This record gives sequence, structure tokens and C-alpha cells, in this order.
Amino acid sequence: MAFSSGFSPHPKISYANAAPTGTASEAEYVEIAVVERVDPQGLAADLDAALPPGLDVVEVVEVRTSDFADRLQASGWRIELLDIPPEQAQEAMDALWSAESVEVSRRTKSGMRSIDVRAALVAGGVEEQTRPSQGSGPAAGCAILRVVVRQVTPTVRPDDILAALRSVAGLSPAVPPQVTREAQGPLGADGVTIGDPLEQDRENRADEAASTGA
Amino acid sequence: MTTTSNLGAPESVFGQLEQVLPLVAKPIQYVGGEVNSVIKEWSDTSVRWVLMYPDAYEVGAPNQGVQILYEVINGVQDALAERTYAVWPDLEALMRERGIPQFTVDAHRPVRSFDVFGLSFATELGYTNMLTALDLAGIPLHAVDRTDDDPLVVAGGHAAFNPEPIADFIDAAVLGDGEQAALTITDLVRDFKAEGSPGGRGELLLRLARSGVAYVPSFYDVEYLPDGRIRRVIPRNADIPWRVAKHTVMDLDDWDYPRAPLVPLAETVHERMSVEIFRGCTRGCRFCQAGMITRPVRERSKAGIESMVERGLSATGFEEVGLLSLSSADHSEIAPLTTSLADCYTDSQVSLSLPSTRVDAFNVDLANELSRNGRRSGLTFAPEGGSERLRRVINKQVSEEDLIRTVTTAYSAGWRQVKLYFMCGLPTETDEDVLQIARMAAEVIRVGREVSGRRDIRCTVSIGGFVPKPHTPFQWAAQLDHETTDARLALLRDAIRANREYGKSIGLRYHDGKPGIVEGLLSRGDRRVGAVIEQAWRDGARFDGWSEHFDYDRWMAAADRALAETGVDVAWFTTREREHVEVLPWDHLDSGLDREWLWEDWQDAVEEVEVEDCRWTPCFDCGVCDQMGTHIQIAPVQIAPATIGVRE
Repeated sequence: MAFSSGFSPHPKISYANAAPTGTASEAEYVEIAVVERVDPQGLAADLDAALPPGLDVVEVVEVRTSDFADRLQASGWRIELLDIPPEQAQEAMDALWSAESVEVSRRTKSGMRSIDVRAALVAGGVEEQTRPSQGSGPAAGCAILRVVVRQVTPTVRPDDILAALRSVAGLSPAVPPQVTREAQGPLGADGVTIGDPLEQDRENRADEAASTGA
Repeated sequence: MTTTSNLGAPESVFGQLEQVLPLVAKPIQYVGGEVNSVIKEWSDTSVRWVLMYPDAYEVGAPNQGVQILYEVINGVQDALAERTYAVWPDLEALMRERGIPQFTVDAHRPVRSFDVFGLSFATELGYTNMLTALDLAGIPLHAVDRTDDDPLVVAGGHAAFNPEPIADFIDAAVLGDGEQAALTITDLVRDFKAEGSPGGRGELLLRLARSGVAYVPSFYDVEYLPDGRIRRVIPRNADIPWRVAKHTVMDLDDWDYPRAPLVPLAETVHERMSVEIFRGCTRGCRFCQAGMITRPVRERSKAGIESMVERGLSATGFEEVGLLSLSSADHSEIAPLTTSLADCYTDSQVSLSLPSTRVDAFNVDLANELSRNGRRSGLTFAPEGGSERLRRVINKQVSEEDLIRTVTTAYSAGWRQVKLYFMCGLPTETDEDVLQIARMAAEVIRVGREVSGRRDIRCTVSIGGFVPKPHTPFQWAAQLDHETTDARLALLRDAIRANREYGKSIGLRYHDGKPGIVEGLLSRGDRRVGAVIEQAWRDGARFDGWSEHFDYDRWMAAADRALAETGVDVAWFTTREREHVEVLPWDHLDSGLDREWLWEDWQDAVEEVEVEDCRWTPCFDCGVCDQMGTHIQIAPVQIAPATIGVRE
């Protein structure tokens, strides 16, 4: 593992757009600098062994490009509103779409900031939970929001989306919503779907393998 | 306690907890999942412990005592141990609102479903957090109200050497080293349950008390004299011992715990791995309770330490190792040890630290060795007393010449900052003694600038109020009232500021005297203080070790109410000097120290007579080794299969 130089060296790890505290995620990306070439699969297995249960390394890809973080253009969130019927959620989502801009305030390191949630919104719909309740999960009949927001500064977080829905339609769940990030990556040509941010690194690898083979 | 073994495993409360985690600060401290944490099957075990360090996770998680017992108990095939910590007031409120009980961070099981609830008290300021945990767990606050469905509540740690203020709330207290005691209690509980728990809770407590493994306060009556002093403390039954002794683990190489230290996911106060290099200290500093109650010195061998460092690092990935003890530079093999460890890890990212405060040039040499990579920021020394006279009183055998020579060595070796620890309110202290600190700090800066040729060197003076502790020569001493403490600290601050040449290079860190008075009340209190703790807790006292939570006025109001009928008050417990004949609340608890020796040492203190360290001079009969059947173990050599301690 590589360390920064200087008075107190730190391991070189960078977390791109880390999900906020209290949310689940299936799409977090971490860049780790190493001092010698390592086998990606072996590294994935070693990391998995050291990480606590519930934190799983899905894949390790060797970086071949320098603009990885820039490719995380959008984030897809699944927001389970455990006590809200789909119709009510749909009304709120419609109100958000029809607004020109919806500003919410959040305290950041540099004080209170105003964030336009509507401007960052690229996709957003409501689904109905059809499965019966599992553990503390949602019961059938409650609303699930699927929202894609563009990566802007400051980041529009799930909390901000919920604050925007409260502001435009008075949507206020009593049960804390369960929030999961489902995807991060470049926005596709349609401007709505999220692509694989590691694709370029993989393609390069395939090219290299092909050229080595030839 | 007895019924759960016949039922299935208690249900995890994580589902309920998960709902409120988004609403509280630092939720990660409640989720567990640390590297090297252990979750055993409930049904595979017959004796289940929950261990608590009664402070926030960030303070409690690195605690060595809890980590050691966690491994020792989990190492027993049919026993398990999980951990719980004090929850912050934000989560406490939500738990009360939603009926979530105090839980373990390992498997998130309710604390009440365990057999033994062990609490480690490094400081008395954790007492109110114990009450919160009991209450949230649904365990009656008072031991007398508990049923067979409640765990045994057992206190340990240094504060347990006077558990009288919490006698109402605990079932038992274990004095001294916990490793073997925890195993003995595990055996007792296992046997008792295997027999079908005959006689219930009362019988189990009797067995604990009779065996001598623990002190069971409910089997002792305290009688008082008309003036409020204790007349005597007597066992209720003939088969209950008059005195209960501390436990001493010998041959530390045989107890190489923790083997796989916990690696917290949340940030904690000590982001490092600790390896205890020896236990006990015989320097004889008269204010130091730790040095008095952990005798004799028992060293771990150099080879034993090296293997613990190596194994611990590979089990954890920590990047810093602290060589832990009460005075680490005193280990007889410390120089070869630090050299070999530094050789071993010099090319890695692993750094070594020596939390030692010995004031001598040798200590600087060690620090130099441990900072080969050139990270020389600050060194800490503890002269403790400001004047030569006061240092004789407290038996801190350091002359001003020693100190100046030490800091000269440090500054010329490239260290830029020196931190000096002192205490205020020591017995016989005057304003003049404390003002000497300002003069000494100025002298440190003067020589520092001279030898380093730089003006950017600094000296930080850190000073705290002295609290007399049980089982020390100062157990009879009057504590200084907080008004005088604060006035002296103000004088010191003004004196440092007034020095136009050096004052700006001297930093001063101090705390006001009020928390020390509450600590003093809890340290030397008797059973009557229990009502004060409960009242303060009912009035909202939590996290009393944290200045942002501590409320002196709340404690004093609670004391006024709770002590109203007793004829004694806070001053009686704190600022009053005791006489030789007075029965002290902890006299029936045996730390091995001979009471007469302690009294003579107290008289020697007042007369400014020093006493040597028995590691290097003949025994001076403090009483511990004879009373406890122990001896000093210096540079032990592993000779298979038995370990032999070499006495010097």
C-alpha cells in the first residue's frame, strides 16, 4: 500500500462521493494506491476477509485512466417509504417534476448552503412494493422512489430529495425511509441511465490482453 | 440469570436499533463488526458475560482490561463474552421512547439476558453511566431488588478497590487482576447452573463471597459512630471472610492477552495497538493509586513482548504500537527491546511509542531510538510537583537539575516541544510551590533556546487537581477545596503571562477544581454516597468525565438532599483530614499494603522523607508480597514447561 510523504504519512486511499451516514449502498468506489503491482482478485479476497460483515468487495479493477472520479456523473437511489402509499408518493414526485427549481437548505462545513434539488434531478419515479414485509423491510403496498441525481457541488443527497418532496408536497414519512444507493457512474446518451464507471479501465485491459495475445 | 439457559437465544435488537441509528450522532459506534470481534452461538455456551466500559465507545473500545477479559472468557469453550458501552444521551432518549434495551455491540443482545454483567471502572466518574446502563437494560438499580432473571452485576478496575459508594448497585466487586478471577467466576456460575441453580441468586452470591473471589457488599454491615465516622464493617455470617483480597496474576508471559486486539471501525481515542510490557510499579509515588494497588512489578520477557507485537500487528494491521505500563522506561530490558523493535519495523509504516513520563536522559535516548524516521514532535515528562520540597513530599525523586539535564538532551536531539505534567493541591502545598512551576518552565525555555539555537521551541505545562485515593499514603489527607485550587492555578497563569521573555513560549493547560471534588467524594466515599450518585443520576448526571456534560451544581444539590439526614457532607468526605484510628470505608478490602506501612509513609511524606524503589534496594516491607504470596518478577526467562520469575 502506498503512503503519502510528509511529516505524518497516511495511506493513499480516496473515497469518491461516499454515501452519507445512515444510507446503504451497493455502488461505492474507492481508489487505493499500491506500491507494487498486485493481483486484483487476490486483493479483493484479502480486503473482503478484513472487512466487517455487510461490507463486501464486489470487484477490484486496475486503474488505467486518470479521470475516474469525474466519470461518477450521477447517482441512483432507491428510497423505501415504509409508511407512504404509492399514490401519495407519486403526487409528491409529480409536484417536484413540475417545479422549475426546488431549493432546500443544508448545513455544510462552510455553513448553511442552498441546494437546488430539481436542477440535479435527471430521473425519478415511484414503484409499489409488491413483496410481503421481510424483517424491518417495507410491507406490500408502500412506495419506493427510484431517483437519479446528477453529481453537483454540493452533492444532492437522499435527505435533500426528501426535504424537497416535503417542501413541494408536504410529504413527511413518520418512519425513517430506508435508502440504498444502487448505482454510480457516467450518464448514458439518453441522459437518464447510469453506465459502468469502470468500463474504460476494463476495455483498456481487454485491448492490452488482445495485443499481448497477438 | 438462571432461566435464560433453558430458552433459545435472546433476539437481537438490531432491527429496532437500525430504525433510530439515522437519528443519532456517530451511529457507527453502536454497530459492532470490528475486526477480531467474536460472536459465539448462544446455545453452545452455558456461562455468558457482558462486559462494559462505562463510557462512550470511542473511550471504551481501546480499553485493555475489557479487551483482555473479552478474549480470556471467549477462550473458554462453553463461555461467551460480548461488550456494551455507554450510549450518548441522544440515543438514550430514543431507546427510552421506543423501548429498546441496553444492548451489546457484538450480537446486539439485550444486556439483561446475560449471566454476568462485568463493569470495568478505571475512574469513579463512570458510576452514573452504570446506572443508565442498568436502567436501560431493565435491571433493577438496587442489588437487593434483583431477581433470578437478572445478571450478576460485578465491578472491577481500579475504582473497585473502594466499591462502597456503589455498594447498593453492584452484586460483587473483584479487586486486582481480572484474568483468573473471571475464570473462577465462570466456573462458579457454570457449576451452579449445572446443579439447577439451587437456592437461586442468594446462594450464588454466597458461593462467590465464601470463595473469596469477589467482595459481596450485601453480606457486610456498616455501623457508624455518632459523629458520622465508621464504627466497624462486619460480615453478616460466620462463613463470610472479614477481609477480601485482591487478585495478582504472576508470570505475565503465560497471559499474553490480547492476542488479537479489536480494530474499531469508529474513531477512538487511541488509534493504536497496546502491548503491556509489565504490570505494577514500585517507584512509590505517594499520590499514585495505580502504583500502590498493582504491586509487585511483574515484567513480561523481551521475547514475550516481541512475539505479542508481531502477532498483534499481523492480526490487526495497526500502524502504531504503544508499549504500555505504568512507567515503561523502567522495564529492565527496555533498551535492547526498543532497539530490536525499531530494527524490526524501521522500514515499515509501523511506529512505536512509549507512554512514559520518566524524567531522565535515558528516557530521551529511548524516544530518540523510537523516532529514527525523524518524527520528533513532542516529549512528555511528569515532575508532578513544582518545587523540590513538594517532590520530596510525594516521593517523586526528580531534582530540578535532572529535569533541566533531561530537557537539554531532548532539545539538542531535535525535539521541539516538551510537555510537563504537574498536580495542584498536593498535601502540604503552598502557593509558592505551585509558582515554582512558572520559574521552572521559563528555565526550560531558556536552556532549550540555548542548546537548540532556535526560538520556536515550546514548553506546555499541563496541570490537574490532585484527588486523594484509597490504598495510598495520602488516603488520610485533606483534599484541597476547589476555590483554593482555582486561585492557585490563576496565580500560576498570571506568573507565566508576566514573563515577557519566555512567557509566550510556555503553554498552560489546566482544569478547574470542581470536578476533582466530585471525584474525591466518589473515591473516598462510603455507602452513604450511593444515595448521592443515584440522586445526581436521577437529576440527569451522565458522562461525568466529560466537561461538556459534567454539572458541579447538580452534584452538590444532589449531595445536599441525599446526605441531609446523615450529619456528614461533601466537605466531610473530601477536604477533611482523617486520623490514624479512623476506620476507612475500604479497610476491609485488602490491597496487600500494610496499613501501618501506609501510615508511616504518610508521616514520612509530611516530614519530606523519601523512600526508594524496592526493585533496586532491599525490601522496605510495604506488605504486599508477604500478604499476597507474590514476588517481584524482573526479566523473566521462559524455561519450558514452567515459567520461573527471577528475583533480584
